[in-house]
Amino acid sequence: MIDNISWLAIYPEIVLLTMACVIALVDLGVHSPRRTSTYVLTMLTLAVVAALQAMYASSGNTFYGFGNMVVSDAMGNWLKCFATVAMMVTLVYGRPYAADRDMLRGGELFTLSMFALLGMFIMISGNNFLVIYLGLELLTLSSYALVALRRDNATATEAAMKYFVLGAMASGFLLYGLSMVYGATGSLDIGQVFKAVNSGQIKHQVLVFGLVFVVAGLAFKLGVVPFHMWIPDVYQGAPTAVTLMIGGAPKLAAFAITVRLLVDGLLPLAIDWQQMLAVLAIGSLLVGNLAAIAQTNLKRMLAYSTISQMGFVLLGLMSGVINGNVDATAVENAYSASMFYVITYVLTTLAAFGVILLLAREGFESEEISDFAGLNQRSPLYAGVMAVCLFSMAGIPPLVGFYAKLAVLQALVASGQAIYIAMAVFAVIMSLIGAFYYLRVVKVMYFDAPLTATSVSAPVDVRVVLTINGALVLVLGLLPGGLMALCADAVVRALAT
Amino acid sequence: MGLLSLAIWTPIAFGALLLAIGRDEHARAVRWLALVGALIGFLVTLPLYDGFKLGTAAMQFVEKADWIERFNVHYHLGVDGISFWFVPLTAFITVVVVIASWESITERVNQYMGAFLILSGLMIGVFSALDGILFYVFFEATLIPMYLIIGIWGGPNRIYAAFKFFLYTLLGSLLMLIALIYLYNQSGGSFDIATWHQLPLSGRAQTLLFFAFFAAFAVKVPMWPVHTWLPDVHVEAPTGGSAVLAAIMLKLGAYGFLRFSLPIAPDAARQWAWLMIALSLIAVIYVGLVAMVQKDMKKLVAYSSVAHMGFVTLGFFIFNDLGVSGGIVQMIAHGFVSGAMFLSIGVLYDRVHSREIAAYGGVVNTMPNFTAFVLLFAMANCGLPGTAGFVGEWMVILGAVKANFWIGLAAATALIFGAAYTLWMFKRVYLGPVGNDNVKGLTDIDSREFLVLAVLGIAVLAMGLYPRPFTDVMDASVAELLKHVALTKLN
Repeated sequence: MIDNISWLAIYPEIVLLTMACVIALVDLGVHSPRRTSTYVLTMLTLAVVAALQAMYASSGNTFYGFGNMVVSDAMGNWLKCFATVAMMVTLVYGRPYAADRDMLRGGELFTLSMFALLGMFIMISGNNFLVIYLGLELLTLSSYALVALRRDNATATEAAMKYFVLGAMASGFLLYGLSMVYGATGSLDIGQVFKAVNSGQIKHQVLVFGLVFVVAGLAFKLGVVPFHMWIPDVYQGAPTAVTLMIGGAPKLAAFAITVRLLVDGLLPLAIDWQQMLAVLAIGSLLVGNLAAIAQTNLKRMLAYSTISQMGFVLLGLMSGVINGNVDATAVENAYSASMFYVITYVLTTLAAFGVILLLAREGFESEEISDFAGLNQRSPLYAGVMAVCLFSMAGIPPLVGFYAKLAVLQALVASGQAIYIAMAVFAVIMSLIGAFYYLRVVKVMYFDAPLTATSVSAPVDVRVVLTINGALVLVLGLLPGGLMALCADAVVRALAT
Repeated sequence: MGLLSLAIWTPIAFGALLLAIGRDEHARAVRWLALVGALIGFLVTLPLYDGFKLGTAAMQFVEKADWIERFNVHYHLGVDGISFWFVPLTAFITVVVVIASWESITERVNQYMGAFLILSGLMIGVFSALDGILFYVFFEATLIPMYLIIGIWGGPNRIYAAFKFFLYTLLGSLLMLIALIYLYNQSGGSFDIATWHQLPLSGRAQTLLFFAFFAAFAVKVPMWPVHTWLPDVHVEAPTGGSAVLAAIMLKLGAYGFLRFSLPIAPDAARQWAWLMIALSLIAVIYVGLVAMVQKDMKKLVAYSSVAHMGFVTLGFFIFNDLGVSGGIVQMIAHGFVSGAMFLSIGVLYDRVHSREIAAYGGVVNTMPNFTAFVLLFAMANCGLPGTAGFVGEWMVILGAVKANFWIGLAAATALIFGAAYTLWMFKRVYLGPVGNDNVKGLTDIDSREFLVLAVLGIAVLAMGLYPRPFTDVMDASVAELLKHVALTKLN
């Protein structure tokens, strides 16, 4: 059954896999402490892969490979393209930090991150329960190892342990749920599952039971309340470069599998899973925003802020189907709003953690909020980048985060249901609370006196990428139309088949 | 690029340039560049007056381009008689603030000047936006520079004030955002404000919309009882921040009532007018009394701002042309007068570093030129005929009497409080024998300060003596607005 088109669907994955292995071998011969040649090779590979994905994505074609096991569609390809770029940016920011902490000694940082990326690719293009699960495991296993990369550091090891135990449990939930859906529908293929569920011949009870476990597993991966407990600990405990690696690109993959499983596969059950998402969303907005206020550690604060931001993503996902009626415009609005939200969230997170990484010096982590005191006096540029990110996360226009919130709120209000509008108002009030803790960091950077007068220095590549990254948050805020249209188009194409 | 775009983006471009290049070593060059930027920003608004056609309520200088096609959001600008004057006024106040902060700001000059220039462009954007989202973006974006201005260059309690300012106004605006989205869906996918004006809406929807907009605009105005952020912020903000806040930013809220609340929800506006009038009268009377007992000059002027803005909202909600035009005139006049009051306090503060009324006394003996100016502004603040302060208040009271004698009477008696607190402060600070050593050592204003105050003084007098250019511009638009509000939108 392996025909030409099958291979075409996974070319980028093949390139990535091959190069990851090659780079692992090449690295054996590299002795420079900063691993320059490995780094350059990795970046080149990722650049090629990103270009390939962009090419696939802009062609807009959808095709299946390996007997429907994987799918290559516009949504998936764009997400993969952005994930690759996010991984590249992460490596640019993370390399000086990793070098200072002896994390580059074996070069695993590069190969593991490439394998993690491969895992994301497989998740994103999986069109079959097993393939999705395989991708998920590849991603998480690589992430566990990445978190534990500083094996002599107690907090990192503890974080890795927590991540592993909770992550394994989440995988178990998901697998259990998927197996129940398989039991009920008799297929692992998402398209077949959809047909079976849509036929109405399946026992509703079994399906819903499976659905609960699937949603719980997804919630773990997205990091939403009440399955959020690992997020703050892992974000805080992991070396900051790795925090960015698990807090950035994987969110795109988690979004993709949520859409594939719930929307592509189980849309006829929307009325059931939307209720679950609603509860998760409200909990995330509430807990994320309230707990973030109490944090003094910036990484931990950003972790709670992530939880609340993911709540917004869920709000978008739950407003696609109204009262069980599948309406094309509503579906497009809701899922493209979520996609836009996730992409812009990753963009903003990258820059925010980029500044944290930049300020971290050897033996000094720069992760307490107070470490940022007077940053504006030490470096107006980096303070500006950070401020732009924080205002964006708070949803203040003209930054891109505002349009993300706008799109989600629009999808909610468009439903015309009183309960959805009430949730929009709730989300808005929670954003107000959110604005408080984002503002507090801005306050520390701009209003407080600096602890040291030393100006901040950074390698030129970090400086350039960080500036572009921060500028993008602003520029996409001034001109969000293109990315919004891209998301809408991708979602329409992905759901059309 | 149209004139309005130029008016918006010139100061923003200069502001961005200042942020990018300036260091404190080059403070002198930075100041001059800021002044050039502010002046060009002001000059590009002048052709607007020349080209403005009287006697029509249509939007003028309209620019329209696609912006976010997916949500049918347009870059849509235009001004009518209601919004027109605020464009040059904003640019004018920016020039004044740049000159007034020339010496008092010595640290991070480029960021200070940059923030004001960007703020100026954003506020002009609010007054000229004809698209709901564009309006919201400009409206909200003003919070960022203002937050930084208060927090970086403000007084000892600045952080509390900056947070209070940001969070109070953000809460209001977020509810407005929901209202905007709701209108978008009701109108079948349009963010065009003019389209919303024609949209039929049920009574319940109108009431909800009215209060969502009320949350945004009443906080910004600020109306009693959500005014408490204003005195705190004024006391802590640097002089320039207070001047811009009082002169322009408060007007954003009042303007919102005219552009959104009244025409979009006319039935609700009429139904709830009693509440708005009551709140306005409380602002005028009660807050006026509160102002009287203040010990801090800035706080006093801040409360007086709340009272004066009470006249504005009072004028709007009595629904006759005198009232509404009077409200708008009062907005412009208050822009000049309150700006001048805060800058005068800044002049004293730069020398003595105190805003306590008790720390002064007999300033006229050491600063006669300065006191002459302050007297003019104090008179304008009391609403003395011949000054800008008189025209608007007089029109509002006249309109109120026409609508209901008792409302007019209440508003008119409140004028006495305004005169009382202003004159009492003037007496305690400026008149009498020299109060203490601080005052003895004062030097009179230099030529830079003279220039600032003289320019404002001319504006105050000119508007008071010949208000026709102001009222002429707005007549047609106000008449159109009132006609529109009188019709029911219920279906």
